[in-house]
Amino acid sequence: MSELIRKSAGELAELLGSRTASSVEIVQAHLDRIEDVDATIHAFLHVDAEGALATARDIDARRAAGEELSTLAGVPIAVKDVLTTKGLPTTAGSRILEGWIAPYDATVTARLKAAGLPILGKTNMDEFAMGSSTEHSGYGPTRNPWDTDRIPGGSGGGSAAAVAAFEAPLAIGTDTGGSIRQPAAMTGSVGVKPTYGGVSRYGLIALASSLDQAGPCTRTVLDAALLHEVIAGHDPLDSTSIDRPVPPVVAAARRADVKGLRIGVVKELGGEGFDPEIVSRFEESLDLLRGAGAEIVEVSCPSFVHALAAYYLILPSEASSNLARFDAMRYGLRVSPDGDPSAETVMAATRDAGFGDEVKRRIILGTYALSSGYYDAYYGSAQKVRTLIAEDFAKAFGVADVLASPTSPTTAFKFGDKLDDPLAMYAQDVATIPANLAGVPGLSLPSGIAADGLPTGIQFLAPAMADDRLYNVGAALERMLLDQWGAPILTKAPELEVAR
Amino acid sequence: MTGTRTMVDFDDALTRYQPVMGLEVHIELNTESKMFCGCATNFGAEPNSNVCPVCLGLPGALPVVNGTAVESAIRIGLALNCQIASWCRFARKNYFYPDMPKNFQTSQYDEPIAFNGWTDVAVPTAEGDDEIYRVEIERAHMEEDTGKSLHVGGATGRIHGADYSLVDFNRAGIPLIEIVTKPIVVPGAKAPAVARAYVSHLRDLIGGLGVSDVRMDQGSLRCDVNLSLRPIGQEAFGTRTETKNVNSFKSVEQAARFEVQRQAALLDAGEKIVQETRHFHEKDGSTSPGREKSDAEDYRYFPEPDLAPISASREWVEELRATLPEPPAARRRRLQAEWEFSDLDMRDTVGAGALDLVAATIEAGAAPQAARKWWLGELARRANEADVELSVLTITPQQVAEIQALIDAGKINDKLARDVFDGVLAGEGTPEEVVASRGLEVVSDDGALSDAVDRAIEANPDVADKIRDGKVAAAGALIGAVMKEMRGQADAGRVRELILEKLG
Amino acid sequence: MPESAITRAEVKHLAGLARISLSDNELDHLAKELPAILEHVRVVQSAAGEDVPPMSHPLPISNVFRPDVARPGLATDDALAGAPASEQDRFLVPKILEEA
Repeated sequence: MSELIRKSAGELAELLGSRTASSVEIVQAHLDRIEDVDATIHAFLHVDAEGALATARDIDARRAAGEELSTLAGVPIAVKDVLTTKGLPTTAGSRILEGWIAPYDATVTARLKAAGLPILGKTNMDEFAMGSSTEHSGYGPTRNPWDTDRIPGGSGGGSAAAVAAFEAPLAIGTDTGGSIRQPAAMTGSVGVKPTYGGVSRYGLIALASSLDQAGPCTRTVLDAALLHEVIAGHDPLDSTSIDRPVPPVVAAARRADVKGLRIGVVKELGGEGFDPEIVSRFEESLDLLRGAGAEIVEVSCPSFVHALAAYYLILPSEASSNLARFDAMRYGLRVSPDGDPSAETVMAATRDAGFGDEVKRRIILGTYALSSGYYDAYYGSAQKVRTLIAEDFAKAFGVADVLASPTSPTTAFKFGDKLDDPLAMYAQDVATIPANLAGVPGLSLPSGIAADGLPTGIQFLAPAMADDRLYNVGAALERMLLDQWGAPILTKAPELEVAR
Repeated sequence: MTGTRTMVDFDDALTRYQPVMGLEVHIELNTESKMFCGCATNFGAEPNSNVCPVCLGLPGALPVVNGTAVESAIRIGLALNCQIASWCRFARKNYFYPDMPKNFQTSQYDEPIAFNGWTDVAVPTAEGDDEIYRVEIERAHMEEDTGKSLHVGGATGRIHGADYSLVDFNRAGIPLIEIVTKPIVVPGAKAPAVARAYVSHLRDLIGGLGVSDVRMDQGSLRCDVNLSLRPIGQEAFGTRTETKNVNSFKSVEQAARFEVQRQAALLDAGEKIVQETRHFHEKDGSTSPGREKSDAEDYRYFPEPDLAPISASREWVEELRATLPEPPAARRRRLQAEWEFSDLDMRDTVGAGALDLVAATIEAGAAPQAARKWWLGELARRANEADVELSVLTITPQQVAEIQALIDAGKINDKLARDVFDGVLAGEGTPEEVVASRGLEVVSDDGALSDAVDRAIEANPDVADKIRDGKVAAAGALIGAVMKEMRGQADAGRVRELILEKLG
Repeated sequence: MPESAITRAEVKHLAGLARISLSDNELDHLAKELPAILEHVRVVQSAAGEDVPPMSHPLPISNVFRPDVARPGLATDDALAGAPASEQDRFLVPKILEEA
């Protein structure tokens, strides 16, 4: 096994810059690793070896010609299958899009290509990003590299597992209620949900338009910042894209200084329902930060207790509308029922056959919440709760520069544990959802290992467009934990059995 | 299609029922690009050639609002004397249909960009006067058009009985403005005429703004006629029907009239009106039932999360107001006064569709009465013969003014002018060129004229004697003789002067 | 305030609106699950007072416009490439029973 796969993206960029390694070598090392372990992990739905190597060759040639290249040029990346990639399959984890080749690139994809990052392939996910375990993928679940009997989190389990299993140094995820951060916590990796509007949603197959945000999945905070800089920034193709300079995230990750930083611990996120081991790792992390000069304050965000309920009305409502376009008329699966099929019956049969149970559950729930007579009571009320949550954030950020909580209430659970209990599954996102409802950025990084031998995560939240604060505090904590552990957390994961 | 159906005589129906109408007009804007994407909007392009991820509703695509379309919407709202919302949003109207790419239409729901307006409509009366009706406008809002389906198989090419359909999304996403009236309650007999006049008025008004082609034949102006009857004296409105896609002014009038007669027959028989959409049939002016409007229709509107709200500042609205042309009615009043036209002159000019042509001819230098005379006389006759609109004639107002200028300068006379019109319409060039090439210029060479006058006097000695005796009126006979010899190409005034000089 | 009871018939009606031909089995299942979920989420109804304005979007932005300039989109072949069926450069769809 090549040592190249153990390197961080930042380290790989240095090797490339000093001509110590070529992009082709690096890409090939990762393709080999995918070949070795992905039959077990199933992080990828589609691997584009040819395309990745072609980009690598191009970058190597351009570097040899003395061309000025972007920092991450030549460093390979995996992309969650919810973002369109021209000429490659894009399924969003759904059978309804099986075989569909997008005729256009998502803005995130286009920026990765423009920056010269070879795309290794598309990663597995819960169907249309609905889920917290990837068990709802239409193509089979992804396994957690720490314990292959366990889920890697979701919906972006594929991206997190790819990074944690050293199949890719970098990956793109999307986070609607925690789909980047929760898998990061479950796999001992780093995940960032940028400020809503910070990264273009153009080409991101919408789950809930007012909540979705793409972001980095990496093994280090600095890598996340480097990737953040590549994909963020205003996009005229997304009306909800913020037309302001990208916060200085890389500089912040390099600064990593928490002296005088006020860290607010959210009272409502971390009590009942949270694994005591996770809470312990969280408190130990706070101790380290306090020791480094941060001021820890308790803040109360009383409306957060309603966040989950509001989220499970807003998300299905928007999703029921966003997913209406999958109708067998212009692309994707077409199922004709017996008898004398019409457009209407073909649509209905295709949507029944092509969507999984969780997707149908949420579409029906959202259709209900928006239907006449119920709109005010459900969708309307949920929007009011959203206002209260935004107000709670505003108040909290009045006394704290960043907020902190455990990322997820549990460590990675076993396959099937929560599959038949939607509410228990939904509760996975209790700590991550408030950030999506308010549009503020969040970062999760490993806080340690629980007694069950599985990684735990800590989450930081910052005001909108203050993403740099997350990288500063995250990098500071990461450095102190690394000192304590003596090696990156992923070295503590059981070595994956290699098929070869 | 319509079968035999009991119909009540229109006038008879109105003795018992009051019609209440609501008109919904869809205007396709003539922007360069679509409402939410950069695709071109040209009519008649090859199928699916003006499409992109956004207007095909591909996974992941996002809309971005066309700023010019918003300005057009505001200008339409202002022209209809509406209030402009200081803050409004788009909303999704959710329903499934194969020609609607996202299976929701991006529209506006409870926050239209323009609302509470009115417009005064002139309805021609039997006496030849105009009666003014004020139509109240409920709202004008922005939305997007759908694709177009071609139904294959079956007998008629219609949706019913087709084997399958072929969808072209070129039209999907073209900006639409939907203009909805408040209930129109007018003297019953007037209702169909008011409906027609309103739609025709909107055509002029919005055409004048330059924001739409407003062509009913191409679908850039489409009208749905909602109509209900209530027994005279009853306050509550009856159940209404919605006759869709009534696509000419005449059809609007016919549809309203037909529904009055049809609904009256049902009500007379004690039957209920079914709340439904109805189809209009051009060939006989009838309507037939379409889709029943059921309670199951639930569009689940909610604010479009992919688009930012629109906040129209006072400054912006006033800036747009300043770009509005004069309203047609006010313009007519002003022009009539300027031109010193009688009411009859003016009505004839407007009725002939010649107002803009006459105005442009006057603008180009012709006297108002002269401009009117040519367009409503000679040119109207020719248009009539060719069975085309005046505006289609291949002569410009500028050229008509040039011809009049030639007359005023004495270079040609009215009779010769007709030949010049022939030449210009035949594509022989400018009026000057036609005069030259056809040799139409009046002879103003005194030498040639003088010789002709001498010959006329010699040939008519008795007439010459009468003139010498002071009977000046007799000069007409000599003038006629001279003009005949000159084959009309002489200035009759100058001929007269010469005769009187020689015999005076 | 509506009760969160939701009948099987109602689920069927919703499935019609959402254009999904749910099987009897699925209808039974959802008729049991949805009330439980709704029971959980209906706390939103009492969480905020009358005076709290609804928030439909996290960004306080307005007037995001695109200049009215036509740009080339997809080539017709690319637009039709993913279609389950096409004919005469158009998307072929099964016969349409309902009117628009």
